[in-house]
Amino acid sequence: MADRRAERAAARRARDRRGFAIAAASTVLVIGGLAVLTLTSSGWPEVRDTFFNSEVFSDSFPRILKAFWLDVRVFCIVEVVVLILGLFVALVRTTGAPALFPVRLLATVYTDVFRGIPTVLLVYLVGFGIPALDLSGLPTEPVVLGGIALALSYGAYVSEVYRAGLRSVHPGQRDGALAIGLTERQAMRYVILPQAVRRVGPPLLNDFIALQKDVALIAIIGVSGEAFRVAQIDASTDFNYTPMVAAALLYLAVTIPLARLLEHWGYTEAAT
Amino acid sequence: MNGQPVLEFRGVTKAFGEREVLHGIDLEIHEHEAVAVIGASGSGKSTMLRCADLLIEIDDGDIFLDGELITDPAVDAVAVRRRLGLVFQAYNLFPHLNVLQNVVLGSHRGHGVPRREAEEAARAQLARLGLDGREDDRPDDLSGGQQQRVALARAFLARPRAMLLDEVTSALDPELVGEVLDTVRALKSEGVTMLIATHEMGFAREVADRVGFLHQGKLVEIGPPEQVLGEPREPETQKFLRRLLEAGRA
Repeated sequence: MADRRAERAAARRARDRRGFAIAAASTVLVIGGLAVLTLTSSGWPEVRDTFFNSEVFSDSFPRILKAFWLDVRVFCIVEVVVLILGLFVALVRTTGAPALFPVRLLATVYTDVFRGIPTVLLVYLVGFGIPALDLSGLPTEPVVLGGIALALSYGAYVSEVYRAGLRSVHPGQRDGALAIGLTERQAMRYVILPQAVRRVGPPLLNDFIALQKDVALIAIIGVSGEAFRVAQIDASTDFNYTPMVAAALLYLAVTIPLARLLEHWGYTEAAT
Repeated sequence: MNGQPVLEFRGVTKAFGEREVLHGIDLEIHEHEAVAVIGASGSGKSTMLRCADLLIEIDDGDIFLDGELITDPAVDAVAVRRRLGLVFQAYNLFPHLNVLQNVVLGSHRGHGVPRREAEEAARAQLARLGLDGREDDRPDDLSGGQQQRVALARAFLARPRAMLLDEVTSALDPELVGEVLDTVRALKSEGVTMLIATHEMGFAREVADRVGFLHQGKLVEIGPPEQVLGEPREPETQKFLRRLLEAGRA
């Protein structure tokens, strides 16, 4: 018995070692091959100077980093608005109250229309259309208008994510909530919604990441000092694209930790 | 039986589309009485209970709770449900809440009992069902039998006028059925009024004061368990019991 046990353990160890060796070898082969292919290509020296120039990088990075702060602020504010707007639209579309029929209809039209229009087009429409109305009291700041356009576009996506989450909660949960004496509203608030929100974390994060990237779109309606715009201006002065790479690194610095965070959340949720 | 029935079905009819699930059900359940409804799956047992708890609207007939017509569309369904305790075959516990929160939620949010008080009562209730020490666990970490006992505790905490038990042992492994039946027996010995949908014949015989046989949406026979299960009068009941006997379930 003990021999068999030792034998099996030894076989398992051998299998693990072999697996590790194969993984290491194949990694070196693939990554190394790609590196060699890139670095030995005839155009590489030029690419390196145009995209990965350390002088240009150290010159423009502080400027882009400062501009990126605007992106982060716009992202944070728009994200909060999107989460609230999306949830509101999803809840309206999920209820069956007859009095809310017109609101439900509007909510449906809203999601259909605003998901269907390219975000860039929406930024133009809101950014130039609203000031053109010449109505007093409406915002005219490009950064505010850009933020509104983004919120409208992503609110529509996120409302569908919420709605899918709400629908994924088993009907038995609603029955259970009503049976213990909760009202429909309480059943939604204490039983259905908490479960729905937990489930839609990862798809919501997808939309967060997309939004974080799309904040760059507000530059097209004349918002100055936005990271992508600053990088673009820097790049166009000497046709060196290193500032773009610097901006790309900043986006990654936000989106990758966000992705890991949500992945972790997903695991812990699955565990509880 | 004397006095006003706690729960009364009068000519209750319910169809899902073309399919008539309940057809003119007449049934009175009196104070401290336990009535078991037996019948094949799809015979309408669950529908009866769900209609009484106003989770399903009936098409025709009336249901009364303590003499009050509860199936009138003007009646506040939430208030009616707070006077009844429905327990489901699949427990329908809330997976995002722990055991204690599951039991407290209806009492605190539904019945407006202050949280501290509701928690105290919930702990006591769980302890009586042998679930002390499990208050902080999630339902998924419990066995099926424990989950169903939590569901019973949750439904019973507010001392409903009647408990409606919908196949409470059907989702359980055979070795877990006993602990849930013990809980129901305990409720019975406290004199809790119960309407039980089941196909555990032994359980119906032991706990129920009367057993009704539901066949194709009709209560074809109702009487003391020894009569309905021992010397059934109606051919449908005889056939149903014979089939159960052959399957070794009776």
